[in-house]
Amino acid sequence: MSGTTFDAVAAARAWRPPPLITAPLLRYAIYLGALLYAVLALGSVEVNWARAAEGIERAGRFLAGFFPPNFLSKRDDIVEGLLESVTMTAVSTALGVALSIPVALGASRNLAALPVYLVCRGIIAVSRTFQEIIIAIVFVAMVGFGPLAGTLTLAFATIGFMAKLLAEDIEDIEANQAEAIRASGASWFQLLAWGVLPQVRPRLIGLSAYRLDINFRESAVLGLVGAGGIGDTLNTAFDRYEFDTAAAVLIVIILIVLGCEYASGWIRRKVQ
Amino acid sequence: MPVTLHADGTPAWRRRTPAAEFIVWSGWFAAVALTIACFQFISDRTIWAFVWDAPTQGADLVGRMFPPAWSYASVLWKPLWDTISMATLGTALAVVFGVPLAFLAAHNTTPSRLVVRPVALFAIVASRSINSLIWALILVIILGPGMLAGILAIALRSVGFIAKLLYEAIEESDPTQIEAIEATGASRAQVLAWAIVPQVMPAFAGITVFRWDINIREATVLGLVGAGGIGMQMQASINVLAWPQVTTIFVLILGTVLVSEWLSARVRHAII
Repeated sequence: MSGTTFDAVAAARAWRPPPLITAPLLRYAIYLGALLYAVLALGSVEVNWARAAEGIERAGRFLAGFFPPNFLSKRDDIVEGLLESVTMTAVSTALGVALSIPVALGASRNLAALPVYLVCRGIIAVSRTFQEIIIAIVFVAMVGFGPLAGTLTLAFATIGFMAKLLAEDIEDIEANQAEAIRASGASWFQLLAWGVLPQVRPRLIGLSAYRLDINFRESAVLGLVGAGGIGDTLNTAFDRYEFDTAAAVLIVIILIVLGCEYASGWIRRKVQ
Repeated sequence: MPVTLHADGTPAWRRRTPAAEFIVWSGWFAAVALTIACFQFISDRTIWAFVWDAPTQGADLVGRMFPPAWSYASVLWKPLWDTISMATLGTALAVVFGVPLAFLAAHNTTPSRLVVRPVALFAIVASRSINSLIWALILVIILGPGMLAGILAIALRSVGFIAKLLYEAIEESDPTQIEAIEATGASRAQVLAWAIVPQVMPAFAGITVFRWDINIREATVLGLVGAGGIGMQMQASINVLAWPQVTTIFVLILGTVLVSEWLSARVRHAII
């Protein structure tokens, strides 16, 4: 290598990977647009450096709160928040999954008539579009502060998530099996029980386990708008600048999320 | 095969043995009992008078939300632009840090499986288990309210997401292609550039666009804790009970989310 001199002609002829976008005009237009957007977007970020400098001291205190975190002085609040989060997760997942199954059946084109299909797809779209927090605001306004609002929010969000993914799976089932059941004279419900359910059961269990995991994560933030759970405890701790308690709550959340993720991964591997 | 006998001695096919049947039913019983116990806990913390009042409250809320204050939209274009910028810049920042992290975490590209890989995996897990709203809560305390806190919150949450999905894609890359490049005498960096990167590029683009789509949704609510964007306007309108303005904000969010979802679906479709 070291002995050869650089050959400009050979270098120009060397193979290069083809670009992702083949039309050069479009490619450069996209590059230029991205650059322009980056400049404009960065220009609209206003940073108050004086305020950020003050924050360094707070960041220090916040980090110091982790060494050691204070589990004890607000222990009752943490336990209460945690119990709320866990119960919200359990009830909302059960309720959401139970409600999502009929919606999923209605949103499968191979099982439902067109009007039913459109209504169910509409429910899924509305449930998926809005962030949980926004739905929680509406539910808190309707049923008051507390874990019930959070439970309803999570159940509502679960419907959209489960129904969409389950409907995709139902639409992909092996038609032959369903037809065989139908040919034996089965009613619509018997068709579901013997033709559809056996095919989608692993997916149903896997998705439910996954959603249980997501619901716990979300239940940790719904408290910010008054919908109960450990987010409430965390928010109060931050509002009072009790960083050591906040650190304790964060550690508890991370540990439980890890536990949930591990458990849901294990369940999904078992059934699939 | 589980078979029981009828009274007249003819065998009847059963799906499960009585013992298996009992186990399944006690499993269901335990699950239902647990859900009811959890609901009891939530119910104790709920003021049911408010809940029975919910239909009236809901009707009242809807009555106050309509007609939407369309003229208020003129104030909202700047916050909406900020929201989209927060999501885009946050995603870009997350890509910058998430991609190297993914290569450090994948077992076939990590420089050291004993030291670097566990550290990288821990960073991914810590980033993923804290919701971006909680990151925003912490960053607003440190940096002060504004877009910067929102961008960083989105980036901190997305780093783990992008790195996790990308390192899984890297680990699944085809070893024969890597071996072929290695056989030509390529260095480690060249193997990375010519054997692994081309294989994970479609997955990477898909993951990034998918996360951008999620981030648009998340960015709409970060303002609730002061991290900039349209959520700040929403919080202000809710605080003064200006529900017609809130409706306008909801409609704008709905439109933005639908457009971003359509865009990300188009891009993913084009790549994969």
